[in-house]
Amino acid sequence: MILKRMHWAVLFLSLLLVGCGGGSEERRVDVGTREGVLHYGNGAEVQGLDPHIVTGVPENHVVSALFEGLTSKNPYTLESEPAAAKSWDISEDGLTYTFNLREDANWTNGDPVTAEDFRWSFERALTPALGNLNNYMLFPIANAEAFANGVIDDFSQVGARVIDRFTLEINLRSPTPYFLQLLDHYIAYPVHRANIEAFGSYTDRVSRWAREGNMINNGAFELTEWQVNSHIRVEKRASYWDAENIKLNAIVFYPTENLVTEERMFRDGQLHRTNDIPLDKVPVYLEEDPEHIVIAPYLGTYYYMINTTRKPFDDVRVRKALVLSIDRKLLNDTVLEGIMDPSYALVPPGTLGYQPPEIISFDPERARALLAAAGFPNGEGFPVFELLYNTQENHRKIAIAIQQMWQTNLGISVSLLNQEWGVYLNTQENQNYDVSRRGWIGDYVDPNTFLDMYITDGGNNRTGFSSQRYDQLVLEEAPTRLNQDERFALYYKAETILMDEVPIIPIYTYQTKMLKDSSFKGAPSNIMDHYNWKYVYLEASE
Amino acid sequence: MWRFVGLRTLQAIPVILTVITVTFFLVRAAPGGPFSSEKAVSDQVRAALEAQYRLDLPAYQQYFSYMADLFQGDFGPSFNFPSRSVNELIFQGFPVTLELGLYAMLIAVLIGIVAGVFASLKPNTLQDYMPMSLAMIGICMPSFLLGPVLVLVFGIWLDWLPVSGWGNSAGDKLLPSITLGAMYAAYIARLSRSGMLEVLSQDYLRTARAKGLPEYIVILKHALRGGLLPVVAYLGPAFAGLLSGSFVVETVFQIPGLGRFYVQAAFNRDYTMILGTTVFLATLIVVFNLLSDILSAWLNPRLRYQFRK
Repeated sequence: MILKRMHWAVLFLSLLLVGCGGGSEERRVDVGTREGVLHYGNGAEVQGLDPHIVTGVPENHVVSALFEGLTSKNPYTLESEPAAAKSWDISEDGLTYTFNLREDANWTNGDPVTAEDFRWSFERALTPALGNLNNYMLFPIANAEAFANGVIDDFSQVGARVIDRFTLEINLRSPTPYFLQLLDHYIAYPVHRANIEAFGSYTDRVSRWAREGNMINNGAFELTEWQVNSHIRVEKRASYWDAENIKLNAIVFYPTENLVTEERMFRDGQLHRTNDIPLDKVPVYLEEDPEHIVIAPYLGTYYYMINTTRKPFDDVRVRKALVLSIDRKLLNDTVLEGIMDPSYALVPPGTLGYQPPEIISFDPERARALLAAAGFPNGEGFPVFELLYNTQENHRKIAIAIQQMWQTNLGISVSLLNQEWGVYLNTQENQNYDVSRRGWIGDYVDPNTFLDMYITDGGNNRTGFSSQRYDQLVLEEAPTRLNQDERFALYYKAETILMDEVPIIPIYTYQTKMLKDSSFKGAPSNIMDHYNWKYVYLEASE
Repeated sequence: MWRFVGLRTLQAIPVILTVITVTFFLVRAAPGGPFSSEKAVSDQVRAALEAQYRLDLPAYQQYFSYMADLFQGDFGPSFNFPSRSVNELIFQGFPVTLELGLYAMLIAVLIGIVAGVFASLKPNTLQDYMPMSLAMIGICMPSFLLGPVLVLVFGIWLDWLPVSGWGNSAGDKLLPSITLGAMYAAYIARLSRSGMLEVLSQDYLRTARAKGLPEYIVILKHALRGGLLPVVAYLGPAFAGLLSGSFVVETVFQIPGLGRFYVQAAFNRDYTMILGTTVFLATLIVVFNLLSDILSAWLNPRLRYQFRK
């Protein structure tokens, strides 16, 4: 009898397997397209939605749907556009910005969005006790850095002042041509004071205000569902001041850390857009389904850092030999499936029209000569050193290729060392490496976001590189120039110093790569991989 | 019997306390911390963060304040998900993992026992070799391979079942349950086969047959109860294994279960979350082993007799 029942159970299971087939069901993206609901692969799991606490790109995608800063960016041109501010004036010396806020902009509870909301939000974002990892983004504001570092504790000395209910004045410490761009970063988003204080202290990181059902926000969408590791759903807000221009009814963000699973979800019609695509699938899509794959330049550089405080890397000739003996084109065509751009400087080319100096190239003969001059002819006597990278298949492949190039072109041996992300960061912070992989994505579109890393003892330097002239150019001379060409000329000089001293080995310029359903429109590729949700719409293809 | 239960429960307490203490200090010994970042973190920000999470205190003080919270059932706030407590995350993730584990267990037990008993009836024939070879493949095939293969066949080629998700669309729970249950089904098949083979040669079964009982009654009523003892002993650890080992399946199928939280926590150095899930899972494993021992004692008169002595 029991056996018989078991047979039934097996039969039942097989029926379930066959019977619940989703084959005839409409794909999730098609339903979404019809109903104006975007299904969005968002990469890593979102950690939080408090604009002054979060730090990542996936968080940015969600937070920018929920909150609105003074300005936003046009996704086609990346130029700043009015958002919570309807207009602004910039003083001739470039130091004072006066923002005129919209009187019809409101919070989800109906309160108007005022100049005081912004002032208080800047104060909160900069308050030391909050531990805001992004606070440096607001440092162009006069005295903001002193306040954030606890040097002054009176916020009225910081350059953010309420003129009247809908007018806000911001004073800068030096002209900052990219300042309007920063106002579109989540660090500069306003938060609702009463909402935050209702859930505890305004510096409390573990507060529950930024949760579904609790949050008061001022953006075009409101948070309706948030299940960690499953999805976040935001829905269009009817009372948003520009609601008639919002085309999407809802956005559902899915955490898609596993690229292979994400690609399968796309094929199964579960996502309108993936966050990424496995590198080895790129040639397959380019060949078989080119209309769904998007590859576009991204404001980021993949490079190796050299620890200039260690021997023999303290010798610039040794560093140059390492830099000149890498065939970036070959690396790109083979390991990287030909989709990245070989890189010969730190700043990606074409950043707002800036072109970096081209000093380095692939020149194995010169590399050998330099190494010989440094006392290591044909690599003889060169100590075996370690190349550090964080555990990931692509980093490993690149490291192996470069290991081989150094061996062949210079006759030197390098051992590969991979570390788990947290350990790797720790090793870098302590500068406990010989050569280490690094990637840097620009915070805003300006060469400064790359070049200010390598100032003497800068927290992001981590190579021991130091040049007085470089510091002078990046910290003192360039920021005071209002004319962009003049400023870029100074950055060019600075980067020339950097690429002459080569504490870093540029390898390639990042490209975004993703899969996109043909119904997903109004989201052009740009170097920031920036979406302005206002422009996005879904349209079924014929 | 009660003495047995009481004794085993008492043994469990130091085990769990040791797990908490060792984990507490091990996670802090790992290089990197919860606030390690690719971008430089200023001293002021680091100090503020450490103060918010009591990391500025000496380790022993952190330990005692953690233990004090723990005795009140509070695992503390998650470092990685600032607006959520570890309790909340565990109670969000665990029911999903539990459901997945139950389905996987059901599949494992059904398929495993049927296949094992079936094979044991005609040992060393095709009826034995077929299910046992399949079981060997099942044991050897890791879930990160089986999962994608099943998805490819049933999700993409045949387009019968969704490729990922949990409770979002019809039938999306089936592939993950099979993937997770397959390895255990294979183990159970082998265990029930060997258990049955041992029992089938015993004298009391010969007696049953000599009485003239039909073969199916001999098997189902007399042989099965003894033959499945090894399976029952295995069920507790197997279920604990299903609950604590579902990470790969959860990742492959995008399931918001505890396994994913656990591994994310380790990568993010989310100290409280690592501790919370470790303590929670350790307790579960101890409890399931205990239940399994009790069940075995209840089924096996010899064990009960030992304890009565």
